[in-house]
Amino acid sequence: MAPLTQFEIDIRQKLFPSVGAAPAHAALRDLQMNLRSSEFVCLLGPSGCGKTTLLNCIAGLDRDYDGRIVLPSVHGRAQPAIGYVFQNPRLLPWRTVAENVELVLDRTDGDRSQVEELLAATGLEPFRHTYPARLSLGLERRVALVRAFAIEPDLLLMDEPFVSLDEPTAQRLRLLLLRVWRDRPTTVVFVTHDLREAIQLADRLLLLSPAPGTVLAEVAIDIARDRRSDPAAIEDFRTRLIRENPLFHRDF
Amino acid sequence: MTLHRRTLVQVLSLALLLALWQVAAMLVQDRVLPLPTVVFNVMVAGFQDGEIPYNIGITLLRVVASFALAMVIGVALGIAMGRNRGLDRFFDGWLILFLNVPALVTIILCYVWFGLGEVAAISAVAINKIPNVVVTLREGARALNPDYTEMAQVFRLDRAKTLRHVVLPQLFPFVIASARSGLALIWKIVLVVELLGRSNGVGFQLHTLFQLFDVAGILAYTLAFVAVVQIIEVGLLQPLERRANRWRR
Repeated sequence: MAPLTQFEIDIRQKLFPSVGAAPAHAALRDLQMNLRSSEFVCLLGPSGCGKTTLLNCIAGLDRDYDGRIVLPSVHGRAQPAIGYVFQNPRLLPWRTVAENVELVLDRTDGDRSQVEELLAATGLEPFRHTYPARLSLGLERRVALVRAFAIEPDLLLMDEPFVSLDEPTAQRLRLLLLRVWRDRPTTVVFVTHDLREAIQLADRLLLLSPAPGTVLAEVAIDIARDRRSDPAAIEDFRTRLIRENPLFHRDF
Repeated sequence: MTLHRRTLVQVLSLALLLALWQVAAMLVQDRVLPLPTVVFNVMVAGFQDGEIPYNIGITLLRVVASFALAMVIGVALGIAMGRNRGLDRFFDGWLILFLNVPALVTIILCYVWFGLGEVAAISAVAINKIPNVVVTLREGARALNPDYTEMAQVFRLDRAKTLRHVVLPQLFPFVIASARSGLALIWKIVLVVELLGRSNGVGFQLHTLFQLFDVAGILAYTLAFVAVVQIIEVGLLQPLERRANRWRR
């Protein structure tokens, strides 16, 4: 894997202007990160540190920041395709599982068999004609995952996609994510406040400060990919990290 | 069980109304309040010579035309005003003005300006209805869920797709609400429009019957008309709404 920088993010400042009596709020300041091709990066930080704001800037949902985000085109597309797995699944309730996924495909994305494969790989096959209201949160999140992978994204943004699930379900979904990502490699930015989750998933971990968010520490995670489902390996890494770096001595 | 019971109550209460009418007519003994049986016979005769179906048909066509016109223009304007604050501020005054112009004034002005024709009749009805549709849809467009809008934006859905699959389904309850109340309003205004400037349709017929003091004829038309409106409500609007809501739990 060539360590080529693919995407550059350099935010000098992201300010939310004051509203009424509330003062202006600096969400991000001097935040730089480069993403390599097909790299899995976890952003770890306390809640309210501007993680979602950062993802929204990268996704182009929020353009009101001071700085520069370079997302060059990939694979001959005019712009890179961005997949986003939001914290809430944001499935359209009036469309079935399959219809929700198909909605985001271009007419030119002729390869609908991709969708079939993804639905099968994630165990959603029996629910393809089900409306989201009848799905559990875990299943809804699988659909959101499939939707994001279905567009064959050049960059995949994930905003705490496994919070408020019971731990066994969350763990199943993490392993599922790793499997799907292994078969369809893409650059991932994954936001979490769970250190174990970050260690299990990421190639590289960036620790963010409380607001205004900036990168405090960068850790390469060298656990072999085939040992990521082993809790002992994750726990070892975590213990070592906390011992060596006082910044991680928080209550992650 | 409860459904049957409700139907039973409804039938009984309508039967009671009919009985009251019967008693009142028997007491009054005058052609200004004919017996239900007399009205029924007039209705049957009207259907047999084709006069009632013809006039109801003409009125229905006008209703359909003005309803479609009002819904298309009203929905488009309502969405635009709900989504664009500048537009909303600019047209808000117009909206308040048009909401408060009496229906009769609109009808008279349309006939004066566009002549006593079909175009004037249909536009008069539509103009009366459009402001209500705009107000309802504007509320709906303001309440659009930004989560879905962002999803559509990130996944680069084009405008047409976003409108059709993300925006309109959210507005559907508002469209149905304004269609319901719209139909109820349009039925009534169309009759006035016909009374004032057309030479056929239920409104025109009622006018003629009024001049003849033919109350039996008036009631026959009224009941036939109410029946048709109910058939459209139960047979068309309600199934449409159920179909569109099948995704709800």
